[in-house]
Amino acid sequence: MLKYLLNEDEKELYQTGGDKTMKIIMTGNEAVARGAYEAGCHVAAAYPGTPSTEILENISNYKEINSEWAPNEKVALEVACGASIAGGRALAAMKHVGLNVAADPLFTIAYEGVNGGLVVVTADDPGCHSSQNEQDNRLYAPAARLILLEPSDSQECKDFTKLAFAVSEKFDTPVLLRLTTRVCHSKSLVELEDRLEAPVKPYIKNAEKYICTPAIAKLRHVVVEKNMLLLKEYSENSPLNRIEWGAKKTGIITSGISYQYAKEVFGEEASYLKIGMSHPLPDRLIKDFAQGVEKIYVIEENDPYLEKHVKSLGINCFGKGSIPVCGELNPEIIKKALLSAGGETGYTTGLKAPSRPPVLCAGCPHRGMFYTLSKYKDAVVAGDIGCYTLGTVPPLSVTDTVICMGASITAAIGMEKIARREGRKTKVFSCIGDSTFFHSGITGLVDVVYNKSNIVVIILDNSITAMTGHQENPGSGKTLMGEIAQVVDIEKIVRAVGIKEENIRVVDPYDLAATEKAVQDAYGAAEAFVIISKQPCALLKSVQKKRAGLSYAVDQKKCKKCKACMKIGCPAVSNKNGEIKIDKTQCNACSLCAQMCKFDAINKVGE
Amino acid sequence: MIKNVLLVGVGGQGTILTSKILSSGLVKLGYDVKMSEIHGMAQRGGSVTTQIRYGDKVYSPSICTGEADLVAAFEKVEAVRWLPQLKKGGTLIINDYEIYSLPVLIGKENYPDGILEDLQDRIKEVKVVDAAGIAERIGNIKTQNIVLLGALVKALGLEKLEWTELIKENVPAKLQGINLKAFQAGLGC
Repeated sequence: MLKYLLNEDEKELYQTGGDKTMKIIMTGNEAVARGAYEAGCHVAAAYPGTPSTEILENISNYKEINSEWAPNEKVALEVACGASIAGGRALAAMKHVGLNVAADPLFTIAYEGVNGGLVVVTADDPGCHSSQNEQDNRLYAPAARLILLEPSDSQECKDFTKLAFAVSEKFDTPVLLRLTTRVCHSKSLVELEDRLEAPVKPYIKNAEKYICTPAIAKLRHVVVEKNMLLLKEYSENSPLNRIEWGAKKTGIITSGISYQYAKEVFGEEASYLKIGMSHPLPDRLIKDFAQGVEKIYVIEENDPYLEKHVKSLGINCFGKGSIPVCGELNPEIIKKALLSAGGETGYTTGLKAPSRPPVLCAGCPHRGMFYTLSKYKDAVVAGDIGCYTLGTVPPLSVTDTVICMGASITAAIGMEKIARREGRKTKVFSCIGDSTFFHSGITGLVDVVYNKSNIVVIILDNSITAMTGHQENPGSGKTLMGEIAQVVDIEKIVRAVGIKEENIRVVDPYDLAATEKAVQDAYGAAEAFVIISKQPCALLKSVQKKRAGLSYAVDQKKCKKCKACMKIGCPAVSNKNGEIKIDKTQCNACSLCAQMCKFDAINKVGE
Repeated sequence: MIKNVLLVGVGGQGTILTSKILSSGLVKLGYDVKMSEIHGMAQRGGSVTTQIRYGDKVYSPSICTGEADLVAAFEKVEAVRWLPQLKKGGTLIINDYEIYSLPVLIGKENYPDGILEDLQDRIKEVKVVDAAGIAERIGNIKTQNIVLLGALVKALGLEKLEWTELIKENVPAKLQGINLKAFQAGLGC
């Protein structure tokens, strides 16, 4: 940690307890959590989203930090902003697309500055491992005038997080800490240190700073631009940005995980300018480095963020001309792009591995609703972000659009407007999960009522945030810190915004007949209609406990091989060598397959 | 010298726990270790991989084509999928166990026959482990990941470390005994 200090005077500011020699292996996310703990962070908030989720999950293990799952990223960041203004050290974490949701407070808190240190973590997803796009959130830093730090392994995740709190306070600016999936989910060794009990600073009302009315915002903008100049000077001198001299024929400018890949490929055969602080960038350091090497490569994932800056300084360099903008990098891609080396060749075989896409789990409560919807071939279904995006997988093949969190309801409103205008007979449905409904579905439902949209909103309430690995939410009755919470009642919200009583149905999606009836009513309705499909996730521990030992089995004597049970696309039901079987290790006893069988050939086993 | 180990399988098979114990052991042995796992959508029955790299100093957490000294496939067809990652002359540990993906279940794609024979023809070092059978005989099919951990430890020549404590630390108390049995069985493979 001490290696990042500019001089002896900074020791007092940054020193965070005595060094321990204990080294343990941690993911980047665990290390960010540890860094927040060691830095004396007081408040942390997030909305779950891969690859960032485990940051708050791990922070919640440190009881010194008041941590929470917020309903969405904007709320999380605003909670952190408030905690910072009140004098505490605060952190908000989110996946890259979450920062879009939180962009509104982000840009203005940059003007207002901080009291206690404020760290915003963005976890980007090059390669779209589990995201709807691969936007490069480094671009937010120059746009919003933030400090940007980019760790390249778990040790740096911890060190940079700690440093971020201190730098934020020193320069009165929020810090954007940018991780990527490979940094978040890779493990490497981390040296642990003690926690510094940073005292909460006093709160002093300061209207000229914290009330961004137009008159004040104009003045704050000037302050921020001046501050950027100071930060540029810090960036020039900070060990966060360092030159590693090696062979001078090749010079590599790189940041984040790309630094590790570059070292892997070039080793001592190149010199490196390793950028840890990517905004503001150190122009003098870049120029010095450029003068010391013959040819410069810029190695970075996704956008040419560093490359454009280097070129703007009048320095000739090579980057995205050969390194792809799309997808995640690895040493092999870099080798091929820059060294024209083929890399290693492995074994090949003529056998073809069948694809293995993620699917709705056996017993998933969403299946009953999607199977029912799949029968309405003329319906259009606007989907959303969550496990139920998998409703699109054959044989169910339900869902026409997925844009972003909450866009199911609102995109459906737009689709219905066009359908109505054109006289199309299309019925427009939208499917949204409970957590996504709390995140950004409620405002959409308000618009449905207010602007008289004739759509059907299906809220798939499985009482948990499932896709990211079972995080609590406002409807689950528990907080991140394990306290019992009041359940925010979805049905009451639906009534409160003005959906008419006769247009609301609450159904158990495990009951196919009841589900069919509800969808039929909705299909025929001439007004906005809401179905709440209510059944907890089959993988929840409480559910698993209740159904332990239960499964369904096929009576081969009665089975007519009609394959009706296979229409629901359950991964536990298979047709091996002409025999329909149910894998009891996977089966979660939802009974859907038995309801599909007209010959009573599927029965429950193990009461 | 850096060793590259690739674990491949299907979401829910416990590859992550195996790699967690293996990498903790490697740290105890004094190696620099990097481990990379991608999860998210993969939890829902998708194909999962974990990459472990260890040696004096490791930079990249990712293993590239033809670089894995050892590939441990927890499911047969996953060995086919990830075969190009195996280094020429490297070792393949393969669990003789099939999990059909949904496209196979609904008849859209085929699960190939003769995987073991095909791979044994091509690769000199193939270790076929009936981890599911062994685990079931021990009394819990879910311990097949620890059977495979035993096979991995043996193939990497890491038996000298005391693995018992590490396994105990990473499994629920009431399942410690059965997991230790599974590990021993794997070592004997």
